[in-house]
Amino acid sequence: MKDQLFGKDLNELQEISLALGLPKFAGKQLAGWLYKKEISSIDEMSNLSKKARELLNEKFEFGISAPSKVQVSLDGTKKYLFPTSQNKFIETAMIPDDDRKTVCVSTQVGCKMGCLFCMTGKQGFQGQLTAGEIVNQIRSIKEYGDVSNIVYMGMGEPFDNLEAVLKSLDILTSEWGYAMSPRRITVSSIGIIPAMIRFLNESEAHLAISLHTPFDEERRKLMPVQIAYPIAEVIREIKGWDFGRQRRVSFEYILFKGLNDTPLHIRELVKLLSGIRCRINLIRFHPVPGTPLESPDEETINNFRDHLNAKDIITTIRASRGQDIYAACGLLSTKELITNS
Amino acid sequence: MAKTEEYSRIDNELFAVKVTDNVEISTGVFLISWRQKVAFIPGQVVKVAIDRIQPPRIYSVCCGNLEEKISILFNIKEEGYLTPRLAAAIPGDELLVSNPYGNFHGDHSPAFWIATGTGIAPFYSMFQSGLSDHKILIHGVRYLNQFYFEDELEWAMGDNYTRCCSREESCNVFHGRIKNYLLETNHFPKDYKYYLCGKSLMVVEVRDLLISKGIPYENIFAEIYF
Repeated sequence: MKDQLFGKDLNELQEISLALGLPKFAGKQLAGWLYKKEISSIDEMSNLSKKARELLNEKFEFGISAPSKVQVSLDGTKKYLFPTSQNKFIETAMIPDDDRKTVCVSTQVGCKMGCLFCMTGKQGFQGQLTAGEIVNQIRSIKEYGDVSNIVYMGMGEPFDNLEAVLKSLDILTSEWGYAMSPRRITVSSIGIIPAMIRFLNESEAHLAISLHTPFDEERRKLMPVQIAYPIAEVIREIKGWDFGRQRRVSFEYILFKGLNDTPLHIRELVKLLSGIRCRINLIRFHPVPGTPLESPDEETINNFRDHLNAKDIITTIRASRGQDIYAACGLLSTKELITNS
Repeated sequence: MAKTEEYSRIDNELFAVKVTDNVEISTGVFLISWRQKVAFIPGQVVKVAIDRIQPPRIYSVCCGNLEEKISILFNIKEEGYLTPRLAAAIPGDELLVSNPYGNFHGDHSPAFWIATGTGIAPFYSMFQSGLSDHKILIHGVRYLNQFYFEDELEWAMGDNYTRCCSREESCNVFHGRIKNYLLETNHFPKDYKYYLCGKSLMVVEVRDLLISKGIPYENIFAEIYF
């Protein structure tokens, strides 16, 4: 099986060029073709000699792949399904909002983290995505070119596939790559501390942490990762970093009826997050099969937001999008996985 | 991005200890120990590193809490950084470890202990700490040689110790996965606690099964190896 050029960074492309007997600058030319132009084959790289293209074709393929399915919601949200090796699937969501188009990318096939409220976790872990497979989710959708924001909030835990995630961020933000501002990219994690430290050091993208409850015992029952990386330690680590004015840290908080939506939770959240310039995104829970959790009513959600805002924590309620197309991550790919098996 | 002194302090939670024992208890699976007089609660975890180049990884303590040592159970990940080096460690070699922490705590109340592979570690610690009364231990593996500590556990726990093997058959061993065993036995007391430890797929499948059988999710405690 041929190796894929798409997803290689500049160093790798330069090494490939040298190994094939091409000048080192051919690496930058390759990067230009891969990440700045809308071509899909090596033969279209017209500023490379015919011989160079032949050499590349012998060992490599271009490496982008189209989605196998797309579903469109009444609200304009799209869910793309990309096949991966071994007959598995990943999901990518495109969420339009006025003049913005946000793409939500997956980083793993399935997930190891086993959060109680998550559909993707029910697939178990099927495999890691490469940097190329992550970036391909942006490159190969119809809206490529109009994408304004990228969030790493699809299937999988980004910090459990850190090398590929960092490399994909490098491709997206480097001058030789897509040259996007890292301030238009947010990586969301449940808080694997060693990987989070590397991410903070090596990337300038925004960080979002899945919090969901400030209480240790409760979080442990929702998210097994709490045993290894307690949220208090994650927050302590975040407090140890200077985010400056431009970089943002936010906290994701799915509201569950009667579980994490009480005044006690508001009080503890305020205590836990004191000293961090951050925002909280409240998320409505859309039930997944086999999960004994429910969403609170709108009044409770609004009250929760208002009380946190009154305590000077900027809190917003994330609009639910694409509910009619299984936009809750993992539903579509799990359905496809079952159909195929 | 700038980091503060706080970061350095956290990084320093690891301290050096000397390996006292390192035994390959099954092909590619090691029980490594070091002297450490520290109180811990069975079920807790420790961070372990071989140097300060790579971040530590987290392992369940795998020994009784009255011993003057800490042991962990690990299998070699050939492509990994830490485990091949850990496997090569000999008594006297230095490791960097943290104190035990975490809240996957065992106690004396009736419970199911359900594990896959090296996920047996916290339950072996609970067993060695005298917490195996009113417990039902179910261990699922792929191959028969992965039933770590089976002689001890079988002798002490008798019928309350069940082995499930998905790829090989043997007498007194359920042939299949844990989920299938649970579905066949259909025994889900609602007043028990359920501790799950191991691969995420087992944890998620068994958790869903237990919830579908009416076990409150508050009674399900999961630790996932990743």
